Amino acid sequence: MSTPALWDAVSAFITGFIVLNVIVGMVTYVTLLERKFAARMQSRIGPYRVGPHGLLQPIADALKLMMKEDVVPRDADRRVYNLAPIVFLVPCMLIFATLPFAPGLGIADLNIGILFFLAISAMEIVGLFMAGWGSNNKYALLSAMRAVNQIISYDLPFIFVALVPVLFTGSLRLSDIASAQAGLWYVAWFPLGTIAFVFYIVAILAAENRVPFDILEAESELIAGFRVEYSGMKFALIQLGEYAHMIGTSYLGALLFLGGWAGPWAELSPWWGALWFTLKAMFVFLVVTWIRWSFVRIRVDQILAISWKLLMPASLVLLLATAVAIARQGGVGG
Amino acid sequence: MDPEARKVIELGYGGSERLTMNMGPQHPSAHGVFRAILSLEGETVVGVDAVIGYLHRCHEKLGESLTYTQYPSIASKTDYVAAMTSELAYVRAAEMVGKIEVPKRAQYLRVIVAELQRIASHCLWLGTWCLDMGGALGGGATVFLYCIREREWVLDLFEALVGARLLYGFHQVGGTRYDVPAGWAQKVRETLGLIEKRLDEYEDMLEGNAFFLARTQDVGGISRELAQTVGISGPLIRGSGVSYDIRRLEPYSSYEDFDFKVPVETAGDCYARYRVRMVEFRESISIVRQALDGLPEGPVSSRPGVKSVGQVRIAKGEGYARVEGPRGEVGCYLISDGSAKPYRMKWRGASFSNLAVLPHILIGCKVADVVAIMGSVDPVFGEVDR
Amino acid sequence: MSAEGDGSLLTVTVPPDRWAELGRFAKETLGCLYFNFLTAVDWKDQGLEVVARVENLDVGLAVTMKSRLGAGQSACASLVPLYPGADWMERECFDMFGIRFEGHPDLRRILLPQDWEGHPLLKSYAVDTAHPPYR
Repeated sequence: MSTPALWDAVSAFITGFIVLNVIVGMVTYVTLLERKFAARMQSRIGPYRVGPHGLLQPIADALKLMMKEDVVPRDADRRVYNLAPIVFLVPCMLIFATLPFAPGLGIADLNIGILFFLAISAMEIVGLFMAGWGSNNKYALLSAMRAVNQIISYDLPFIFVALVPVLFTGSLRLSDIASAQAGLWYVAWFPLGTIAFVFYIVAILAAENRVPFDILEAESELIAGFRVEYSGMKFALIQLGEYAHMIGTSYLGALLFLGGWAGPWAELSPWWGALWFTLKAMFVFLVVTWIRWSFVRIRVDQILAISWKLLMPASLVLLLATAVAIARQGGVGG
Repeated sequence: MDPEARKVIELGYGGSERLTMNMGPQHPSAHGVFRAILSLEGETVVGVDAVIGYLHRCHEKLGESLTYTQYPSIASKTDYVAAMTSELAYVRAAEMVGKIEVPKRAQYLRVIVAELQRIASHCLWLGTWCLDMGGALGGGATVFLYCIREREWVLDLFEALVGARLLYGFHQVGGTRYDVPAGWAQKVRETLGLIEKRLDEYEDMLEGNAFFLARTQDVGGISRELAQTVGISGPLIRGSGVSYDIRRLEPYSSYEDFDFKVPVETAGDCYARYRVRMVEFRESISIVRQALDGLPEGPVSSRPGVKSVGQVRIAKGEGYARVEGPRGEVGCYLISDGSAKPYRMKWRGASFSNLAVLPHILIGCKVADVVAIMGSVDPVFGEVDR
Repeated sequence: MSAEGDGSLLTVTVPPDRWAELGRFAKETLGCLYFNFLTAVDWKDQGLEVVARVENLDVGLAVTMKSRLGAGQSACASLVPLYPGADWMERECFDMFGIRFEGHPDLRRILLPQDWEGHPLLKSYAVDTAHPPYR
């Protein structure tokens, strides 16, 4: 291989490695953010003792999980059971490959970026079902059945709603969508953009199994759902995957609707852009967390009814309306 | 394992595969130790076998070997969430059979603690019900922590009065054991004011929430006839349209002096029972205020200073005394043979009869509804198993 | 057979063969739909006695039904066809006293494990005899 190609390969590898580590670090600290936020909502303080104001709590949790015994149920399907956390984790990490954190700062800015994101993020269902099946546990199986139902029903509105900013921009490339919002964020393109943002929040609540749509891990019915037989590092991998997916879709939401890296001083240096992007993603994440800690969950048949009878037709109509509006303006750029 | 316990009540559903799932004694939403062997078709429950008895301590045998002065402290361990009303049932039975007078001040004090206990018990009910429905990592936990905070204030009041937070030994045959400490009445009034304000918040938060309404309306309906023939009581039967409140039907302990409403709803579903309990919260607050305002002076017991445990002897006879506990009718059927210990004592536990309605209403609902219904039935297994 | 009244409380004692008839009379003629409880008393030499209480909530009438089963007898008719609430109450009586209720759909122990020996609330089942109350 010639030197420039070798250098490209190595630098891509190093960038990917750095981004992956940053994501893992961010995911562990996002759990702390969620716990503190939830605690404040419930008039308590949250983790406080480990480190100053609980800042070392995620490290302590990670160490604890690494040191735990790895229990495999005797009748579990070993290969499926052991592979499931990895099959679940890999798509959740892969979605970060296409996200442009700032102009020029990203791993692989594919020209079908959003399509790649949506397709890969839907693959976590396979890992989830493998976990539920391989555990040889009725609770896990019930949860896996519900999960497949729910995630598939909500991925469709998710895709339709995510296509609205694509129609606004006229390109599937994520960095194009972000730079097209330099003037006005899509969420402010009333009414289509705002409604799309609201639907997006609902769709990701369901696609991420967050309350009120978290029937597949409903602790009061199914204990921990598909995760019930996992302990130690495998459990940590599943948690990592879940939160990574959550953050990934928050980033996507910030990019599609909240302007991505747009913000003061974004032109000066890509790092400012990355900072604004992260802050906006955290805002989306906190909105989702706020909803999570305020609502009771709804039953599975009600969840599916909401998706198929309400959200899907509504998002289809929204997409059609967007297409008509864009066509009437005479194409993109209006 | 007991193979007999696996018998399930099968319904002729005839269809797809059935899954027998065990919502076992260790379960986050079992409200104690309760085992429901569910026969599921997909998500629908087609058969249920309720297995109880994990907390059985044979209180009725214990009652035959403990005297009338020793047993009231043990009586609180049946319904341990509402210990005051459990003790009251036993003590009233002994007083009824032995025709023992209770001074007026003691009667008012009994009313005050019974209603405060109702408030505390309903706080726990609301918190754990929302916890079951919303998840320990979700909105349910938020409501749970708020309600527990209110309950802690009431338990602080009890601690100031009796010295114990959960299981008291406050009632004795002939009156109460302790009198009100200085400043307690003022503290009670302040706490009640705070709780009233918080109740408005919770009602707004829950009733304005479409998800909560979707989970509780039309879920777990109990018809009027079923309610009566099974023998459920308390908020369950009042939520099904039968106006049955022992405080109205057979007023005991000066309840006739107080002015309060008995809420009745006709829908019979979980939401109706929720509404009944929320109104009961406010009525209890009003009763406590009235009792504090009208608290008469006098002794707190007609038999003060018990020096030996065999001192209280009840004449031969039998009687059934009941109180309106937070869960329903808690009754004690006492047969006395003239000695210091009962000959036979039967606990009529409210939760035992309430739970007996479960096999009738769980058929045909979803797994998620099982949890919501169990929470609205609000069983305490100390009362179920005794 | 005897009956006595005290205010709104009626106590009726019948021989065991008329137990179900009394239940039907209370439910249909007296309108006592509310099934309060059912229990038993061990009168040592005189045998067991089954006690049940049903109420008419609309008028405030309560009927306590009693029936002495006789020395050595432990069979009684079941009230389950009339009152579904009698189901668990009769199972508890069977568990604690050994009374067999004829016509009960599913008579097995309810509070104690299925393989427990003995019936604890009988006066002959005392704590300091050969039957250990633990396992």
